[in-house]
Amino acid sequence: MRVIEIPRSFDYRNIEALYRQIDMDRPGPVLFDLRRLRWVDPNGMLGILAAGKVAAEAGSAPRISLPDEPEITSYLDRMGFREAAGEVFEFGAASKWRRRARASDVLLEITPVTRNSDVHQVVDRVQSRAGAILSNTLGYPASAVVQFSVILSEVCQNIIEHAGRPGWVAAQSYNWKQRLGRHVAIISVADIGRGFRASLEDEHASRFGERWGDVTALEAAFLMGLTRFPDTGRGQGIQQIRKQVGRWNGLLSIRSGSARIADTPDWSSKPPLEEGLRPFPGAQINIILPERTE
Amino acid sequence: MSQPRPASVSIDVGAIVARTLAPLRPNLVTRPTGRAVRAAIEERLRGAARAPFVSLIDFTRIRVLDFSCADEIVAKLLVRYMKADRPRDVFFLFRAVGEVHGQSVEQVLRRHGLAAVCDYARDGFRLLGSVSERERTAWQTLEVRRRIGPAGVADALGTRGDTLLRRLAERRLVFREPNGTALALSALSTSHM
Repeated sequence: MRVIEIPRSFDYRNIEALYRQIDMDRPGPVLFDLRRLRWVDPNGMLGILAAGKVAAEAGSAPRISLPDEPEITSYLDRMGFREAAGEVFEFGAASKWRRRARASDVLLEITPVTRNSDVHQVVDRVQSRAGAILSNTLGYPASAVVQFSVILSEVCQNIIEHAGRPGWVAAQSYNWKQRLGRHVAIISVADIGRGFRASLEDEHASRFGERWGDVTALEAAFLMGLTRFPDTGRGQGIQQIRKQVGRWNGLLSIRSGSARIADTPDWSSKPPLEEGLRPFPGAQINIILPERTE
Repeated sequence: MSQPRPASVSIDVGAIVARTLAPLRPNLVTRPTGRAVRAAIEERLRGAARAPFVSLIDFTRIRVLDFSCADEIVAKLLVRYMKADRPRDVFFLFRAVGEVHGQSVEQVLRRHGLAAVCDYARDGFRLLGSVSERERTAWQTLEVRRRIGPAGVADALGTRGDTLLRRLAERRLVFREPNGTALALSALSTSHM
């Protein structure tokens, strides 16, 4: 059995450690080993789900071993990971899950996004929780909850309109005391659909000629607002998310295929463009909104 | 002789959402939702008179208005009713809740090269979207005066005033009577449908 090791601390910074271990052409049993896990953000959680789904579709029956630390398992449960993972992984008889009530400390549990009604549900659900976190913890104005909801709505619609496959969304706030000296809210969206290159290919590949690839496709969508729809009004979701995240001095990155493009604020060391990454299906969006300091 | 002024009808988008889409959801998100709301608005407009009228599209009771919905409702309504073969002679006003909605409306208008008059309640009426500085200045002058008769155009707006008002009327941002009198849309918005 192949074992895919999940690092002790697993978030957007080292998510490639997971993708590098995924071999889409290699069927056979796979174990996702979370035993050492002590810290995970929504990007990590959705990354595990997406990688598990890829493994399952490659013919494996992916299994998962849960973290040794009960607090981490409990946290994953509160984030809705157990429910989502149940659709992807086999837990085995000796599962360590304990049934717990959903906690109020979660900004948005892992939520499958398949149809437009899911987007409504996400927006409705987050309204009641995001207000206090954005205002009290991140120091944003009271109206920020609406802009936050618009961001969530647009990133979720990106799955429905472009992925052609279901995906997930999750959000949570953290105190990055050591890393940044501030609180942050993190939104993660992931799917294993067709990705940006395939989504835009029919409409736009010819104009880019030999340059066409994952990087060009991401640049076309991210920087130029191109979309596969001929309608002028399309393609503005990502553009408007970029503007709003920028106003909040946040980080926005999109990984698709073998590339990642990002708007990186001064507090982040992430490069604006990465290419030659391990190919992975679909698209993974990461948004980090830091606490206001002024 | 004075011309009959356009009637005004107000359409409460919150009521449309409550009645036809989701009674407990004051949120306008996703394109299908936007399309459904636009269809309901157009249905109301079809019931109105054939004479020119001003329609106030009121988002006051809406909480979240995402870009997709703003595009489907605001931009697509304007595009359709700017055309010569528009089903009704409607001039649109939009009532937004401050910057929360204004931002979505502004961005979709710019994307399409459109402009619209938006009612910010206590903050008055604003011209959102793509307009030149001259168009904006002319619109603001008319907004303050509410009406400018043909004899007062040059005094109020300078020698290019008539051209600017004609352009604003073509973009359906002001109403012009056949005798050339220009009326601010805000001055025409009163009644409720």
